Amino acid sequence: MTQAQLAQGTSPLLAVRDVSVVFGGIVALNGVSFDMHKGQILGLIGPNGAGKTTLFNCLSRLYQPSSGDILMEGASILSRPPHRIAEIGIGRTFQNVALFPNLSVMDNVRVGAHSKTSSDIISDSLRLAWVRRSETSVNKKVHEILAYLKLEDVAHTVVSGLPFGTQKRVELARALAADPKILLLDEPAGGLNHEEVYVLGDLIRRIRDERHMTVLLVEHHMGLVMSIADHVVALNFGKKLAEGTPAQVQADPDVIKAYLGSKDQ
Amino acid sequence: MSAAEEVVAEGHQAVEAVPKRAMTLGTGTSLVVLAALIIMPIFVKNFIIFQMTMLLIYGLAVLALNILTGGSGQFSLGQSAFYAVGAYTTAVLMEHFDVNYALTLPIAGIVCFGFGFLFGQPALRLSGVYLALATFALATAMPQLLKLNFLEHWTGGVQGLVVTKPDAPFGLKMSQDMWLYYFSLVVVIGIYILAVNLLRSRSGRAFMAIRDNEIAASAMGVDVALYKTLAFGVSAAITGIAGSLGAIAVQFVAPDSYTITLAISLFLGMVVGGVGWLPGSIVGAAFIIFVPNIAEGISKGLSGAVFGVLLFAVIYLVPHGARQVAILGQQLAGKLRKN
Repeated sequence: MTQAQLAQGTSPLLAVRDVSVVFGGIVALNGVSFDMHKGQILGLIGPNGAGKTTLFNCLSRLYQPSSGDILMEGASILSRPPHRIAEIGIGRTFQNVALFPNLSVMDNVRVGAHSKTSSDIISDSLRLAWVRRSETSVNKKVHEILAYLKLEDVAHTVVSGLPFGTQKRVELARALAADPKILLLDEPAGGLNHEEVYVLGDLIRRIRDERHMTVLLVEHHMGLVMSIADHVVALNFGKKLAEGTPAQVQADPDVIKAYLGSKDQ
Repeated sequence: MSAAEEVVAEGHQAVEAVPKRAMTLGTGTSLVVLAALIIMPIFVKNFIIFQMTMLLIYGLAVLALNILTGGSGQFSLGQSAFYAVGAYTTAVLMEHFDVNYALTLPIAGIVCFGFGFLFGQPALRLSGVYLALATFALATAMPQLLKLNFLEHWTGGVQGLVVTKPDAPFGLKMSQDMWLYYFSLVVVIGIYILAVNLLRSRSGRAFMAIRDNEIAASAMGVDVALYKTLAFGVSAAITGIAGSLGAIAVQFVAPDSYTITLAISLFLGMVVGGVGWLPGSIVGAAFIIFVPNIAEGISKGLSGAVFGVLLFAVIYLVPHGARQVAILGQQLAGKLRKN
């Protein structure tokens, strides 16, 4: 697969190069490498403790890899503080929903546009003309996203009272508000029922196609990953186990062993 | 996480009936309150006008704390220190440099912004009760710093400084107290409008995002450290301006006017007014100014105990303060209209 992409001559949008993370004596990630290409939905799978979330947190700069590098459009992201990741086009959602519970849906999504806009406290206090113009365009954008994700009815509702599934959609809307190039989704299917997972899969594909995004999907739900991912990377014990199309990875004996255990055990 | 967040989160439970958590009063109510504040001094004695001025000034100081705690979720028991810096800036500028009293206000604001912003830097590593303790230390240190020998030439040491009360300008036939009331009213309303604008803006949303979830805020591109220190700076600046007005109104500054008791009073005012609800600031201020007097009226010897009982009653009956009363009133009005 990697060979094929090299042959296409496209440089990867995001490149994970030999990333290792060590906590004390525990090796959480051990020399993991893979590439993400524009327009891909890349599924990152693995049993509990495989290092998926650790890798995810390296991408959003919550963890610093002990070695290796992560390149976004050829430039390393490792010197950036966490709050300067959004501005280079990496957006994310959280495993257990990390919204701003006391803010309305609208305000949550508006915070999502923070990295796309600028202001200072003096101009904001005085509501200067340029601040008002910027707010108007943010509001327009937010309304468009809310309509896209069918959240208009709850636009002015405080987030903490909403059902879990709706909160997950709000989180997605918040991530979209920054127009990211790459969308990192951390277990988006967690806590959803069968029906909702199906709808979610459809939505992720639509976002990729209609909003031209590249998606990194960290997911437990095999059915979801196998149905929507173009490319799958399987991790186990911090190492890359297999990589390829969903069918290839599913058929890989190491992956089967990691998930189901081998006969000898 | 921090107790402030808990307060705010609980506050939300009480307002579930309202679709969006309102931060301000409606236009109609605001105009009624404004009209009352404008007309009132014409009918009362100078001493009451003076008390109303103090109400506005403490209201402003509570508002400042509300921006910090209700807005950005950071605690402060050190507001008296910022208040003192504002008051002394005005007193020193007026008495030693003959600066016009009105001009000292923005200067005090800028000085206190710098002071608060710098204090916010080390405070970044602290949150919740630990931050409250750090600010407590600031409040405890301030009166002693103001008494330092080498500052005595400027601050007047333990004696403090006497400030000249300004006359009404443009030959207006108005008592000094009444002029100062209207002057304070204009300043307070101006700052209130700016504060509402700020909290509704991109910066205000960044404050509240940090209050609700720091990690998510950071992932959205919010510079958590910057906005936390900015919130401290803004809060300190507004508190400083309140201190300036206070110095002019009381005509006197002395180190022991700005002890931890003042900081705790302001904190109390914020809780009684409703954390995060800006109009509640004036209600909170009324509580800390008038309720001690009422308590003294009930029992001279046990005024502290009576105050405690009254405070306990308020917290027990309306834990979310004036905001809760306002919401109850709103719901009641809605029901009456339906009938």
